[in-house]
Amino acid sequence: MTNDYVLEARRLVKRFGDFEAVRGIDLSIERGESFGFLGPNGAGKTSTMRMISAVSQPTEGTITIFGLDPSTHGPEIRQRLGIVPQEDSLELELSVRLNLEMFGRYFDLPRRVVRERATELLEFTQLSERANEKVDNLSGGMKRRLTIARGLINRPEILILDEPTTGLDPQARHLLWDRLYRLKREGVTLIITTHYMDEAEQLCDRLVVMDRGTIVAEGAPRSLIDRYSTREVVELRFASDNHEAFHDRLAPFAERLEILPDRVLLYVHEGDATLREIHASGITPSSALVRRSSLEDVFLHLTGRSLSD
Amino acid sequence: MTPTTHATQRQPRWLRSWWYHAAFYAQTWRGSVASSILFPILYLASLGVGVGHLVTAHTGLVEGQTYLHFIAPSLLATTTMQLGEGESLWPVLASVKWIRTYHAAAATPLEPDDILFGKLAWVATRAFVTSIIYTIIVGCFGALTSWWSLTLPLIGVLITLAFSAPLVAYAAAAQSDASFTTLYRFAFVPMFLFSATFYPVSAYPGYLRPVVQFFPLYHGVALVRAAAYGRGSLAIQLAHVAVLVGLAVTGVLWGRRTMRRRLTD
Repeated sequence: MTNDYVLEARRLVKRFGDFEAVRGIDLSIERGESFGFLGPNGAGKTSTMRMISAVSQPTEGTITIFGLDPSTHGPEIRQRLGIVPQEDSLELELSVRLNLEMFGRYFDLPRRVVRERATELLEFTQLSERANEKVDNLSGGMKRRLTIARGLINRPEILILDEPTTGLDPQARHLLWDRLYRLKREGVTLIITTHYMDEAEQLCDRLVVMDRGTIVAEGAPRSLIDRYSTREVVELRFASDNHEAFHDRLAPFAERLEILPDRVLLYVHEGDATLREIHASGITPSSALVRRSSLEDVFLHLTGRSLSD
Repeated sequence: MTPTTHATQRQPRWLRSWWYHAAFYAQTWRGSVASSILFPILYLASLGVGVGHLVTAHTGLVEGQTYLHFIAPSLLATTTMQLGEGESLWPVLASVKWIRTYHAAAATPLEPDDILFGKLAWVATRAFVTSIIYTIIVGCFGALTSWWSLTLPLIGVLITLAFSAPLVAYAAAAQSDASFTTLYRFAFVPMFLFSATFYPVSAYPGYLRPVVQFFPLYHGVALVRAAAYGRGSLAIQLAHVAVLVGLAVTGVLWGRRTMRRRLTD
């Protein structure tokens, strides 16, 4: 191989009947990179993930993973992948440890190796104390960690995580992020989908923003923000529900304006200064907040919709 | 390039799937074993000895057998049918839709075919063990009079697969379990009752016999009886075998399609 791409995809399309979930996307992911797919529900993230997991076949286009074609070398490729699906898909009736050990057998790992790794991974995901408990009794965050541990049982070169922290409380998310950082330091390539901005900003070296089956932007989180947004954002709320009415009065204060159902966003260079000018002009919002631009703003700018839609 | 996994493979992929089922069963078998020994004994004691007492008093022998000896072999056929049904509908739908453990397996080196073959091999294993237990119990009731009885465990496996393979295929494509209950009510229960299980097919009027002979279970029951008593022509028995093998093979071919579509789309 001439480059160090572990995964390359060209003109990838996935259709289900008449519905086109993925509409011709290109991807190149380097070894050791932490790569993200950001987009709202229904953007085509999961369909893309299933194709790059060598599980589902693209309707059109080509993929190579480790330089191999998934349509002819699926088992060989998946032997080297770790996949953490959106649903945990654990055996609820069995113990935490058995979930790992039984899964390890799918990879043809000798029993002794599986046992050792299960012990290590339980330690790594802080589940050692629950090793002999039924999975059914675990909290959502613990189940998620176990699913990640399961995805690591074959020491994968690429770990693919679909919405790893959806539905978890902040503490559980931070613990999970910490584990993912460690894996990245150990050289594991991470591929993550998320609809959380902060998650993408925290975890990804590079990401693509997906919307309606296509990639609308690509780059490092910070460079996307620099390219598609201003440095700061002023968020204003008004007592009146009719935020549109404020458009003309607020437009002169900002480079760009977004009117959302519950608030108005002003894209500006210097938030505090703008806010002072607004107050001085006699406009009185019921609340005001100055913050730094985030990927949410990038998404809003690119698609005209917020991610939580 | 790293060496391909073929070179170092120790266990065929379908066998890993079989192992998974076996390991799962090893955790949960305790309840089912007691009942699979106790149930046939109670059944034969009640129907065979109890009802058999009445039948003998009123009718005498049934097809040359006491009533107990007449119904005992058919118990093996109905039990292996029920095993095939029970292992195939809800457990498979749960694995592809509710808990999605087959999807988890499809994200490993296993292919949909491996998952299907491992499952069917495991169901066949259970049918074999269950059939051995039943053969011994039926034998203890004195209902086995031929060396052909030694083939009963294999016949049991065949009956289970004739049901399990098509039902796994069907469940792998199902969106909900609504139709499963209908299948039980309108197919499995009538089949259980009317496949010449409790009385010979000669008890039906002539025009109904072809209907009974249409039931897959009828062929299983006929085959089991023939093996138990060592009677009947070999050609007819081979025809019964052909029907059951046909169902199993059709089920496997269909299941390869539905399982692949479900897990890789």
